[in-house]
Amino acid sequence: MSDTTQDGQVLTTQDGRPLKAALGRALFREKLRAFLLVAPLLIFILITFVAPIIDMLHRSVENSIVEETLPKTVVALQEWDPGSGEVPDEAVFAALYDDMVVAVDKKTHTRLGSRLNYEQSGISSLFRKTGRRIKRMDEGEPLKDQFLAADKKWGDVTTWQVLKQFSPAYTGGYFLNAFDAKLGPEGVELKPADERIYLFLFGRTLFLSIVITLSCLLLGYPIAFLLAALPLRTSNLLMILVLLPFWTSLLVRTSAWKVLLQQQGVINDFLVWINLISDSGRLVMINNQTGTIIAMTHILLPFMILPLYSVMKTISPTYVRAAKSLGANDWTAFWRVYFPQSVPGIGAGAVLVFILSIGYYITPELVGGTSGIFISNRIAYHISSSLNWGLAAALGTLLLVAVLVLFVVYDKIVGIDNVKLG
Amino acid sequence: MANNRGAAVMYDSVQKSYDGESLVVKNLNLDIPPGEFLTMLGPSGSGKTTCLMMLAGFEPATHGEIYLNDRPINNVPPHKRGIGMVFQNYALFPHMTVAENLAFPLQVRNVGKAEQAEKVQRALDMVELGAFGNRRPAQLSGGQQQRVAVARALVFDPELVLMDEPLGALDKQLREQMQYEIKHIHENLGVTVVYVTHDQTEALTMSDRVAVFNDGIIQQLSTPDDLYEDPQNSFVAQFIGENNKLNGKVVGVDGEECLVELGDGTQLKADKVNVSAVGDLTTLSLRPERVEFDTNDTMDNLVNGRIEELIYLGDHIRVRMNVAGNDEFIVKVRNRGEKRKLHVGETVQVGWAMNDCKALDAVA
Repeated sequence: MSDTTQDGQVLTTQDGRPLKAALGRALFREKLRAFLLVAPLLIFILITFVAPIIDMLHRSVENSIVEETLPKTVVALQEWDPGSGEVPDEAVFAALYDDMVVAVDKKTHTRLGSRLNYEQSGISSLFRKTGRRIKRMDEGEPLKDQFLAADKKWGDVTTWQVLKQFSPAYTGGYFLNAFDAKLGPEGVELKPADERIYLFLFGRTLFLSIVITLSCLLLGYPIAFLLAALPLRTSNLLMILVLLPFWTSLLVRTSAWKVLLQQQGVINDFLVWINLISDSGRLVMINNQTGTIIAMTHILLPFMILPLYSVMKTISPTYVRAAKSLGANDWTAFWRVYFPQSVPGIGAGAVLVFILSIGYYITPELVGGTSGIFISNRIAYHISSSLNWGLAAALGTLLLVAVLVLFVVYDKIVGIDNVKLG
Repeated sequence: MANNRGAAVMYDSVQKSYDGESLVVKNLNLDIPPGEFLTMLGPSGSGKTTCLMMLAGFEPATHGEIYLNDRPINNVPPHKRGIGMVFQNYALFPHMTVAENLAFPLQVRNVGKAEQAEKVQRALDMVELGAFGNRRPAQLSGGQQQRVAVARALVFDPELVLMDEPLGALDKQLREQMQYEIKHIHENLGVTVVYVTHDQTEALTMSDRVAVFNDGIIQQLSTPDDLYEDPQNSFVAQFIGENNKLNGKVVGVDGEECLVELGDGTQLKADKVNVSAVGDLTTLSLRPERVEFDTNDTMDNLVNGRIEELIYLGDHIRVRMNVAGNDEFIVKVRNRGEKRKLHVGETVQVGWAMNDCKALDAVA
């Protein structure tokens, strides 16, 4: 079909308006109504989901605090060559004095100190100490000597190197930190082995998430199979049992695992009572990886069972009957005919559980001890305790990227259209 | 291909109950000789599908024994029975291609690759889908899927093939075509076929014998023509083909014939089929195409009736009449382009032979 007639004229309505324009007008109200229907959710998602993510991405590279607190020093430092090995000259110190007077007046110098302390420990106290001494300094005398007298770290080239390195408004420093790396004299290098933590934590988070996903699949598949095979009345009853955990608080469930799994807990007591283990050989099942895996598998199990169930429900039992009538025994009928048709459910469940677990926080925090915590616990630590929000944002961004990359890989291997939630 | 390589099936006093309170199948005894095309026909809930499922092995018999080639098979699991089966919705495996679907029964029997390919191709050619091996079932039309399902049930050379309402999902034209194809495949291969349907035309077209089920009991087991010409009871007469029923009472019996008086006093001669003595209530069964408007005195039964409605159907005209107080009396008149026209409201005489009128058990 073409929108022009044979003589090349644009098709028009009876009163001569172009047909497409008329159609657009006719459908405008419908489109507007459709948009208004989704608008509340759209706005909600923009405010509570998209905006925080953009803010987080921004925070992971944002670094205007140095420029804002020490504007003159940053300008003066542009002349200085950090590779020279020399402490900057009097002009820089003069600029620093001017900036510090203003900063101390506004009490912003301690904030800058804490910020730079993430990069080089000791700078926080340097700024606080200098802040106390700044009022006693004499503008007439050489300021370099007075600063050095206030704290001899001002005579240390690395202090100035850090200051100059982080003077731009945007920095990759948080990301380097998140990769256990730093910018040394020869460019990017890994931190000393005993200071590395994040790559290891990322690795552990991925590993434990995979283990949790697999154990959810192993436990959830037979249950979903049973639910799909049973008559509706019975399966509805069982489905309530599957959903029951959703009705209890996450915290309560996690605490229950603490009661069950701890060394003086129910399971250990029982095992000792039946003489399977000795009293001194009680199993350590909590505050380590085992605890995290057990508790999180339990909590995320419904997210595996539900998509599996909804896919299995659509697999007609006649397929298995047909396979059997064609000569397949129970196992072959299941493996060659039933299982391949349930793969979309496995895909959906696995993606759901994996993505939920990779960002899980509360359960590893409560039952994970030190060996069972996830990267998200470290992010929470930087948000609420160390207040290094930039690093937290960088770690969060990396987590987001990791999930997206895994998603793409999953799409390449399994195919995203092979995921069905029901 | 060799004829009559089919299996013999025997149901020996088989009963089936699902809940322990009522019987779905009541004492079924049925002998199916090798190579026969037997149809189990009946309304839904009559127990016909249950009988098929017991034969396939998906439902255990509550009582009695089923024999396949004189071997009891109650304790043989379905996959060891070697029975081909075509399901209602085909049950083609959606994640396999057509060729893989057909190769499946051969693979589980450990047939060699070369032989597999050859048998699959031969089966596909048999149903005229030779070029469709690489398609997925979803890419085929309903009729094509149906043929694949038939080919798959036959590819491993079973001696017995079960079909559970295989044509139910097809439109009328395709259904008729498939009926002939299945019939011809059966004739060529000589396998035994047990076919379940609720469609009487299907049953009459294809079968050697038809078992009419109702209420868990075989009401009549006959060849299609017997079933139509000589129904043994009112249910069969009603279920197979169209049928006029006239309720009355037996007032006279003479050997194989009887005299029946209808509610309005009309007396009719009928074949004594399912009544025993004078005084029995009965329902007369009369096929609409056996009633004539061109009456003559040699006819056994002559009645006057009023024409209520005329429906023109091309090859014939359906005339709804009020005869002896029954205004659902249907007469089919072949359209011969006759001069004589029938008119609504006209009272005319109709007649039929005694042999076409069967005195059966009374129904309400």
